[in-house]
Amino acid sequence: MLELKNISCKTEEGKYILKNINLTISERFVAITGPNGSGKSTLAKIITGIMAPSGGQILLDGEDITGMSITERAQRGVSFAFQQPVRFKGLTVRDLITLAAGKKLSVSAACDYLSEVGLCAREYINRELNGSLSGGELKRIEIAMINARGTKLTIFDEPEAGIDLWSFNSLIKVFENMYDRTKGSIVIISHQERILDIADKIIVLKDGEVEKVGTKEEILPSILTASVSCPKIEGSNE
Amino acid sequence: MDEIQKTLLQQVAGIHEVPTGAYSLRIDGKLVGKNSSENIEIVKKEDLPGIDIYIKPGTKKESVHIPVIIAQTGIKELVYNDFHIGEDCDVTIVAGCGIHNGGAETSEHSGIHRFFLKKNARVKYIEKHYGEGDGNGERIMNPTTEATLEAGAYLEMETTQIKGIDSTKRMTRGKVGPGATFVVHEKLLTHGKQYAETAFEVELDGEDAHTHVVSRSVARDSSKQLFLSKINGNTKCTGRSECDAIIMDGASVSAIPEINANNPDASLVHEAAIGRIAGEQLIKLMTLGLTEKEAENQIINGFLK
Repeated sequence: MLELKNISCKTEEGKYILKNINLTISERFVAITGPNGSGKSTLAKIITGIMAPSGGQILLDGEDITGMSITERAQRGVSFAFQQPVRFKGLTVRDLITLAAGKKLSVSAACDYLSEVGLCAREYINRELNGSLSGGELKRIEIAMINARGTKLTIFDEPEAGIDLWSFNSLIKVFENMYDRTKGSIVIISHQERILDIADKIIVLKDGEVEKVGTKEEILPSILTASVSCPKIEGSNE
Repeated sequence: MDEIQKTLLQQVAGIHEVPTGAYSLRIDGKLVGKNSSENIEIVKKEDLPGIDIYIKPGTKKESVHIPVIIAQTGIKELVYNDFHIGEDCDVTIVAGCGIHNGGAETSEHSGIHRFFLKKNARVKYIEKHYGEGDGNGERIMNPTTEATLEAGAYLEMETTQIKGIDSTKRMTRGKVGPGATFVVHEKLLTHGKQYAETAFEVELDGEDAHTHVVSRSVARDSSKQLFLSKINGNTKCTGRSECDAIIMDGASVSAIPEINANNPDASLVHEAAIGRIAGEQLIKLMTLGLTEKEAENQIINGFLK
């Protein structure tokens, strides 16, 4: 279980990016949503140790991980799929899946992770993660790496972005299979209704604060209404 | 051979014992063994230190090993090796030099390798340079490669210097004939106070000649690297040179490209990029559970693979 207690994050100028965030995450699928700039990605970076909070405490299964490095958190079972995957000159898909798994993998085991994200393993396994891969391909490889880690807490930052041709159903299937293997929590930052629809819990952030937390039945109707009701600009002729 | 010599041989040629087939083995400044095969003749030069290697036309899928090992401190040598590759050959040549310097004097190997590729000959040339030993004596290597490619010939050169060479000046020249291709892949890592200079000069003389020179290097500690590349396109031809360097600690890297198109149909490109390891690469690998140091090593090993 992940607990966030009074987590805040300020810019150098003192402006709050996140303010007094209090959350517990123990469910199977937890979706974090909210408008652009609401602090979703910052929250993910604070949980994974990439950014330090300006205040508050983070507990993973009761252990205080607030002062721990990225590596220590990863070793304790935190995984993070980046919104924009990183390219590496020279490292191959196989190298990265092996590093993610943390152990030697047979070719067929590495290939299984690729097949699961809809990539032809034979075609990709020995390719470099360089500029020759498209954004969508990199995104799927990123998901395959996270899948190979199989940790108790996994955070995906907008996993659906850039994988238009790959059906949402396949992506959701990946999450379900991942849960079957890890029995951990999968946190998904997303704007997509179909992803929010599988969530056991939805967290809505707005202006750096938790606006609402609840089940999809409680949260989805209000989000969907809000997204279609665009108030007229005062004085416009439309 | 003793253990030190065997280790050096393993490092530079990937073999543990005296090679089979065509080979020449030079240890501590002397030619200690050579063997010709049916299609590959190795002849000791009379006037200069070094050998001539003659490969019969049409020889396919054969290889030659010509490693050099220096395990005594204070040896300095200049060796001339000439490779005469017959028409329509398809062969692999493995060279390389390993120096173990456990003493106080400088050990130095300078090799001048000349390649003459006849029509449509294909050669893969693999060259590794390696140094070790805890003496104060410097380990210096100055390899020169000169290649002349006739029509339709193809030479691919893989040159690697990953460890232990204090100072190196590497000169590679190519004269590329019609429809011929000259490819160079250089991998270089310097550390400590090492200095490495590499210079490429390619003359694209024949119509549809092509060259592709790629250098990937890592400079650590306070080491210095200088990369010079010059491609002259003298006719309808294509040429590309790439220098990609990772710089760390207090090291310095300079890349000085020169491309000269002496014909309107010459198409030449140069790319150079020097920079630190990207922070996001380190972070990505750390989120997989690697420490920062482990992440750095993975990135460098991958980059130089």
